[in-house]
Amino acid sequence: MNAFEYLEPATVDEALAILAEHGDDARPIAGGTALVNLMKQRLVQPAYLVGLRRLTDLSTIAANGELRLGALCTHHELEISPHIQRAAPVLSEMLRRVANIRVRSMATIGGALAHADPNQDPPPVLIALDARVVVGSRGGERDLQVEALFTGYYETALAPGELITRIVIPAQPAASGAAFTKMLPQTQDDYATVSAAARLTVDGERIADARVAAGSVGETPLRLRAVERALVGQVAAPAILRDAATLAGDEVDPLSDIRGSAAYKRAVAAVIVRRTLEQALARARAGAPA
Amino acid sequence: MKLLHLRVNGAQVEREVPDNRLLLDFLRDDLGLTGTKEGCSVGVCGACTVLLDGRPISSCLALAVFADGCEVTTVEGLERDGALDPLQRAFIDCGGFQCGICTPGQLIAARALLNEHPQPSNDEIRAWMMGNLCRCTGYYKIVESIRAVADGTVRA
Repeated sequence: MNAFEYLEPATVDEALAILAEHGDDARPIAGGTALVNLMKQRLVQPAYLVGLRRLTDLSTIAANGELRLGALCTHHELEISPHIQRAAPVLSEMLRRVANIRVRSMATIGGALAHADPNQDPPPVLIALDARVVVGSRGGERDLQVEALFTGYYETALAPGELITRIVIPAQPAASGAAFTKMLPQTQDDYATVSAAARLTVDGERIADARVAAGSVGETPLRLRAVERALVGQVAAPAILRDAATLAGDEVDPLSDIRGSAAYKRAVAAVIVRRTLEQALARARAGAPA
Repeated sequence: MKLLHLRVNGAQVEREVPDNRLLLDFLRDDLGLTGTKEGCSVGVCGACTVLLDGRPISSCLALAVFADGCEVTTVEGLERDGALDPLQRAFIDCGGFQCGICTPGQLIAARALLNEHPQPSNDEIRAWMMGNLCRCTGYYKIVESIRAVADGTVRA
């Protein structure tokens, strides 16, 4: 790793002031699982590292209709949170299977989102649940939908000096259900070959609303709007779900890599999305919370 | 350089380190605690697992400054007053290791598991330990060792 100066602010305001002062020369660091690896490979060589671990304000989980997750909550803290298990069990299910217990005990949810690796599991689920991030900077705060955070391969809409402070998951609609599926043909701690998340809201026999997203199938996590359009307003029948899921194969834009060719991942995406839709629908009908 | 104050295996430690020192290198090279191993260096294999305030972490991905003000537990800190941790006894009795390179990480990960879930199911053991790779045992003996501690069937 390159030499750097490690700074450890005691408050969020102090952290934002340091990040504003040093701009592109500084990187915030929380768990370190992503950034330390990038620094070891000298892909990132910041002059200043801004350690966030003392910002305990950003380690809280609040449930009051919506879920407000501090950006410094680790994956494991969120995985075992009763608030999340109650209000958004699909999030707990997903988190339980991220990487391994050490990564989940170190890596924070805000850090994961800022890392913007398109192979990660949390983004598709957060997009399906209509989540947003709160972004702080010395100039104030702004909200950003999770799907708008990702602008390219490991690229985000965050400007130098900005820091994700919270993730907000709105109260999930009545009669909705959500599911997440990841295809892992090799080891359990691998990145998904393809992953998908969906939230369906039903109104009687019809699908009133659909939010569908996929991971590991493009430069960013992708919201699958063509799939959503093919579902909304339709009778929730198996053929409708299958036909809608087929559109995912065209909508994704995967890279060929060691996990499979682009053509293979397109074919897998249609299957994974269909299974995810079927499970989300079953949960919506069962009246389970998303 | 940063001056760190921390507890390592119960003992107070004060040491100055470069800002970019890895926790793994701090433990092994600065403190001489070579029980913690370096395997993959990217957080995948689990050989460098230590507890930081009770949480299992990859010390190859943690900066030493992350441990300032904290308690670090390495494999050297598992025994109590000269007596092996029941997990260490069980790994010996059940054949939970062969070459031994992964064993310190296995023991620390297993200790974290039993601290959080004293009575895990076999599925919970396998899911928790999945990220600690072992190329010798085939894992069955490791699961058996942890099972024996959870079931209280380890000899003292």
